[in-house]
Amino acid sequence: MKALRPSSCLLGLALLAFAATPGFAEDRPAEPPPQPLPKPQLDAKIAYCKTCHGLSGQGFRGAYVMPRLAGQQPQYLEEQLRAFIERRRLHPLMQNVAHALNPATLGAIAAHFKDLNPQSIGGGAKDLVAAGKKIYDEGVPDKQIPACASCHGADAKGDGAMPRLAGQLHEYTTRTLADWSKARGQDPAKPDASATMAPIAQGLTHEQAAAVAAYLGSLE
Amino acid sequence: MDAHIARIRIMKRASVTLAIAAIVVANAAPARTEDDLPVRNCAWCHGASGQGTGVAPALAGQRAQYLERELQSFRDHSRDDPAAKQYMWGATARLSPEMAHGFAHYFALQPAEAANDGDAELAASGKLIYEQGVPEANVVSCIVCHGPRGEGFEAIPRLGGMSYAYVKSRLEMWAQGYHAAAHPMPHIARTLSPHEIEALASYVSFLK
Amino acid sequence: MKVTGLSLAFAAAVLAFASVGASRAEERGGRQGFEAKIEYCKTCHGLSGEGYRGYYPMPRLAGQQPKYIENQLRAFIERRRVNPVMFNVAHALTPATLAALTQHFYNLNPPPLGGAPRESVGLGRTIFEQGLPEANIAACSACHGPEARGHEEIPRLAGQLYPYTVKSLTYWGKERGLGGKDDTSAIMVVTTHNLDAAQISAIAAYLAYLK
Repeated sequence: MKALRPSSCLLGLALLAFAATPGFAEDRPAEPPPQPLPKPQLDAKIAYCKTCHGLSGQGFRGAYVMPRLAGQQPQYLEEQLRAFIERRRLHPLMQNVAHALNPATLGAIAAHFKDLNPQSIGGGAKDLVAAGKKIYDEGVPDKQIPACASCHGADAKGDGAMPRLAGQLHEYTTRTLADWSKARGQDPAKPDASATMAPIAQGLTHEQAAAVAAYLGSLE
Repeated sequence: MDAHIARIRIMKRASVTLAIAAIVVANAAPARTEDDLPVRNCAWCHGASGQGTGVAPALAGQRAQYLERELQSFRDHSRDDPAAKQYMWGATARLSPEMAHGFAHYFALQPAEAANDGDAELAASGKLIYEQGVPEANVVSCIVCHGPRGEGFEAIPRLGGMSYAYVKSRLEMWAQGYHAAAHPMPHIARTLSPHEIEALASYVSFLK
Repeated sequence: MKVTGLSLAFAAAVLAFASVGASRAEERGGRQGFEAKIEYCKTCHGLSGEGYRGYYPMPRLAGQQPKYIENQLRAFIERRRVNPVMFNVAHALTPATLAALTQHFYNLNPPPLGGAPRESVGLGRTIFEQGLPEANIAACSACHGPEARGHEEIPRLAGQLYPYTVKSLTYWGKERGLGGKDDTSAIMVVTTHNLDAAQISAIAAYLAYLK
């Protein structure tokens, strides 16, 4: 039998030593939960959000229409950011933005926007506002579309998981309704609250969506 | 007495012609290193240290890129003002690109001096035009291309060292339609009034 | 009196030019108006509005959003945007001329001047299209459009001169949003503050070649 070469011995020893290292064979201990950002970094992150979403969170009309975040329900905002991170909601830019967020900051960011209250820049055709209000308050019964007010509140300020709609940019509202199922609820294994809106968004005609959007855009 | 003057005149003309001929012949030789550039051929008119004399402008401290381009413009006749035609066409007729490059870089390194021969009072209003233009009359400011102290940029010439007479004649020739390829200067010159030309030429003459 | 051939010729030339000068002054009075003003702008900003590299870089105006140019000219006048040359230029414009000018430039479409360093164009494109979320740099495309053509008061960036873009991003707060009044330039403050020199150069290089 050939004698073991010195190099094989060394290799074996090395492997043994490595295997004996604590934690090698077992699961690594869980990483500590992410710490919330210190204030300067949190402020910098929020300033970054406002670059697109408006200096007071009122929204901004760029090449993309960036939605109003001011006065948004924190629970809803947090859920949307999580949905972007988990790719349950698709958006070419927001996916990357959300991905770079420290998970412990989501609550702080959402809380910041809750308290902002700039004037609405929602816009929308003034002559559609009345029709929009009717749909918002009464729904479209012959299509089994419930009144928006029943979930989003009479003043469209939302509640908990239900987003505020008041003062939202009308183009954003219209496009969101039109593209609902293309952008939201994208992970069938993880159904989320967006499922509720799917039939409603689908049921509304383009004209009806535009009318509702114009009404909401006019609200403070 | 008239014959005497006439003879002097002929001699002066002959010597100028000779000078140009010499330059032409010299430049017909194969390209040489910078060490033995026939700079003396330029010095006859442009001065021993390139500081300019009369019609011939100062070359000392001028941007090399600009000098090279002007030499080419003499050679291809795109710069066709009367002085250029009379003196520089012949001088550059057989100027090789290597030689032009050598001359340009030689003179760029010479120390620049201000001409200081404009009108000091006019220079003050010239400075205003230089820095702000005259927007109501669509006269652009010079500063944006030529820099706050006339430094120039890349192939845009340094203005320091140019004499009052030279700057004035350049602007007037452009306005007349000569050297039409020198955009945007022909257009700019056409927007200037005679008084503005004099003011600018005075101001520039005090730049180094 | 000794008269050299040289000075004779020169004197003749001066006389000739002086006589032309008189008629030019009259001609100048008649060339006020729109055509003259456009030519004036193009003297610095390029024959087709493509921009011009002088001692200072003069930005491309071709294809620029009319609303943006209008806002900038107003900002120059009100000294919210500080530029001594443009302050004087803007002052001489009437509102009617302004509107016609901006429309004229919007319709021009020369190829970009180029001339930017090529090495970092790739990085510039990434930042332009996606931003750098970890560094709190928003995607430029979100506002300026995927092709950097701009929108309403948001400027076109495609084909902008490299040194001009670098200067603008580097000195944003020093030149714009001054005078204590509210100003659309505020939106760029955070982003320009967060960008470092290498990133600025990359973005500017990418934009310089966009058609």
